Parts: sequence; C-alpha cells; structure tokens
Amino acid sequence: MIAILDYGLGNPFSIVNMIARAGGTSVVTADPTIICSASHIILPGVGSFDEGIANLHNFGLTSVLEERVIGRKVPFLGICLGMQMLTTSSEEGKLPGLGWISGKTIRFAGESFDRSPFRIPHMGWTDVQQRTDFELISDYAEKPRFYFVHSYHVVCDNSEEAVLESDYGISFTAGIQRDNIYAVQFHPEKSHKYGLGLIEKFINLS
Amino acid sequence: MRRFRIIPVLLLENGKLVKTVCFRQPAYVGDPINTVKIFNEKQADELCILDISQDRTKRAPNFDLIKSIASEAFMPVSYGGGLHSVEHVKQLLRIGVEKAIFNTSAFYNSQLIKECSRKFGSSSTVVSVDVKKDFLGRDRVFVRNGKKNTGIHPISFSKAMEECGAGELIVHSINNDGTYAGYDIRLLKSITDVISIPVIALGGAAGMGDFVSAVKEGHASAVAAGSFFIYQRPHQAVLITYPDEHLLQNDFYKPLEKAS
Repeated sequence: MIAILDYGLGNPFSIVNMIARAGGTSVVTADPTIICSASHIILPGVGSFDEGIANLHNFGLTSVLEERVIGRKVPFLGICLGMQMLTTSSEEGKLPGLGWISGKTIRFAGESFDRSPFRIPHMGWTDVQQRTDFELISDYAEKPRFYFVHSYHVVCDNSEEAVLESDYGISFTAGIQRDNIYAVQFHPEKSHKYGLGLIEKFINLS
Repeated sequence: MRRFRIIPVLLLENGKLVKTVCFRQPAYVGDPINTVKIFNEKQADELCILDISQDRTKRAPNFDLIKSIASEAFMPVSYGGGLHSVEHVKQLLRIGVEKAIFNTSAFYNSQLIKECSRKFGSSSTVVSVDVKKDFLGRDRVFVRNGKKNTGIHPISFSKAMEECGAGELIVHSINNDGTYAGYDIRLLKSITDVISIPVIALGGAAGMGDFVSAVKEGHASAVAAGSFFIYQRPHQAVLITYPDEHLLQNDFYKPLEKAS
C-alpha cells in the first residue's frame, strides 16, 4: 500500500487516480501508523514553501517521514513542492527545508526571463532529459515530456543527485535521486502516458 | 523544441456540456465525463472547465461533478465558476484540479486573489479577463458571465491582477466567442506587452493558424478554444477532436519556428 501524505496542501486525489490506473492502491493519510505500514511514500505538493513546511510540522509528519525514508529506506517520491521541500531552503520562504538533499530552491530569474517569451510561472509540457540513467523513466521513441507548474527550481550541491534536466530559458534540474529518495519537479500524475510510466516504475520499486 | 499548450475549454451548465456564442445561446453538446475521456485518450495538453450556470454566482461549485470530471483527466485541469472563498479553492485543489479560475470574485474581492496566491501558490491562481466592447467600441472587462460591465479597461485590470499574485491570465474575447473570427490579437498583445505572467488566448479560434498568430503575434503562452474542439464545420455537428502530434508539428510548431 502506498501512502500519499495529506498535509492540507496539494492535489492528493490526482495521485490516487494515477496510481489506481497504474494498478496500485494508495491511501491519502496523515496517520503515522498507516505511514509506517506503507510500502512507498509520496509527498505531493501544490502551494507555497513556508505553508508546506509549516503544515508538515503541524501535522506531525516530519519525524515519521525521517524515520521511514531516511531510517528504513522506504521508497519515497516527492512531487513539485514535495521536491523543493527536500532542500535546505527556498527563496520563496523563510523556513528551513527538510534538508534531505543538499541544495537550495531558487526562483527563475535573470536576463533570460526579463521581457522574454519564457514567462514565470513555467506552466506547460516540457521535454525532460536524463543526465544519468534514471530508473523511473521508461524508454520512448520520442523525448518524454511532462507537465510543469512552478516558479522556483532546485539547485543541487551534488550534481550527481540531479538526474533529470529540462530547459526553460535556462537549463534546470527536473528530477533528483539519492538512494531511495526520488523527486520530480513536474507532475507525473497529470502527464498522460509519460506520468503513468513513471508512477508504474515507482510503485514497482522494492 | 518549446511547446505551447493547446487547451480545450468546456462549459458546464447545470451539469451538462454546452457551447455559447458571444457568451449567449448555450447549446447542448453532450456529457462532460464522456468528453473528458475523449480528450484524455487524445492526450490533450490541459483542460479548462467553466461552469456558467445562472445560479453559480450564488451557490458553491458543484464539487461532486468536478471531482468526477477530474478523476477522468490525467492531464492538468483548471476550473472556474462560483469560487468565492479560500475554502472553495482548497477543496477544488484537493479533489484533483490544479488551477482555480476567478472572474467575478476577482473583481469584487481582489483580496481573495492575494490570499489564494499566498496560500496555494501563484501558479494555482488564474484570472479570466473577459473583455467586450462597450457601445463606444472601447474594450471593457465584464464579469458575471459577461453580463456586467465593470467599466474597467483590460490593461489596468490585468496589471492589478498580476500585482495581487495571479500566476496566469485567460484573455477571453466575449465578442469573438463562438464566432470563428480568430483571436483578438490586438487585445492579446496589448496585455502581454505590459505584464510578465503567462497569458492564455481564448475566444474566436477557427483553426491552427489562429493558434500560431496568438503565440507569434499576440505573445500568448497558451491557446484555448471551445468550438474548435467541439464542432465540425460547416454544419456545426458535435464532434470532439484534438490535433494529433503529427498535425501539431506540421500546422503549429513548424510555422512557429519559421517565424523565430
């Protein structure tokens, strides 16, 4: 059973739908007992950084997450804000992040975006490339593309953890991995067959 | 290759799918769930659902219906119609909709845009700028399903909404809705020139050429349409369509690249 963390933000039921389509069962929960019995954990996220971090703490999810994901190495997938919250800080907020991934979350900024066709937020379908072999992406004849909705992106301190990249005015990190920790900036639950493929691969990790 | 979203817009009236002309004469076109399934099979980039029911301005959104629509959509979905509070938006996102669209409530309560942007992120906060010419031929923002003239110019309204934290605007030409007259490119450009958030063009698209113009000349970040995806011309028979990748490459992306 897959636990989708319910911390008052985000679109958990989109993920439930995609997991069901991939043949899995999931539960949207903030109950530590259920989270502890889950084979996989997903941290969704649509919202702002401080609101997300504060809610994780207020729902009492931080310690159970760390025990399961860092301690017990349960396969973990962070989505969008759920990826950004893994870093140590974000330019969007003041609160410290979870700090599981060494790096920070910054805003798309600079000359590439001033009066350019690359408007912020970055919303839409963008091709994703693998910097190193990423086991959650299937082989496709064409470049796989995913749906992005974000104004901030992650910059990893350890470049080998930045496994996926995309281009939007600049090249940015679209996915990270370290051991059992997987995270993507895009929304696999809303990315048609490409997202379905990613979710299938994730729920079949053991 | 940079991709631009092509977004079918589905209008709901009392639970049924309808299509209007100039925001009037809603004609029944089918069942929303079946239609969403078709767009899902065709791998549409995104869907926009607008509830135009008369009483929607007074009652809460029909969350049961929205949830059943969203659960069939493995693509991003935005929804507008009767969103009056932060609580509405929270529930909307929770049941599987990515973006909340505001029109009437954005005009009467801009604080709601600020709060939603802060709480749910600017990218979930979309404002529909519905524009119609007044009797002097001046562009004006209309609310309440195109019935109420606010007297405000679309440029000042768009700037104000960007300042409140909206992450995207739909620039919707009421005059061109359902007419196949093409987008109001001049209106689009006048807005994209002065704001820096993405703009979705809506109202009047007849074909892929209009999509190209909206991006190339109107500087839209995405294009949306109703009739184009719902009717087959010239007899307006209901036929749900969406361009396949081959057609997209030839009639949309190739002409775009030629220009740049």
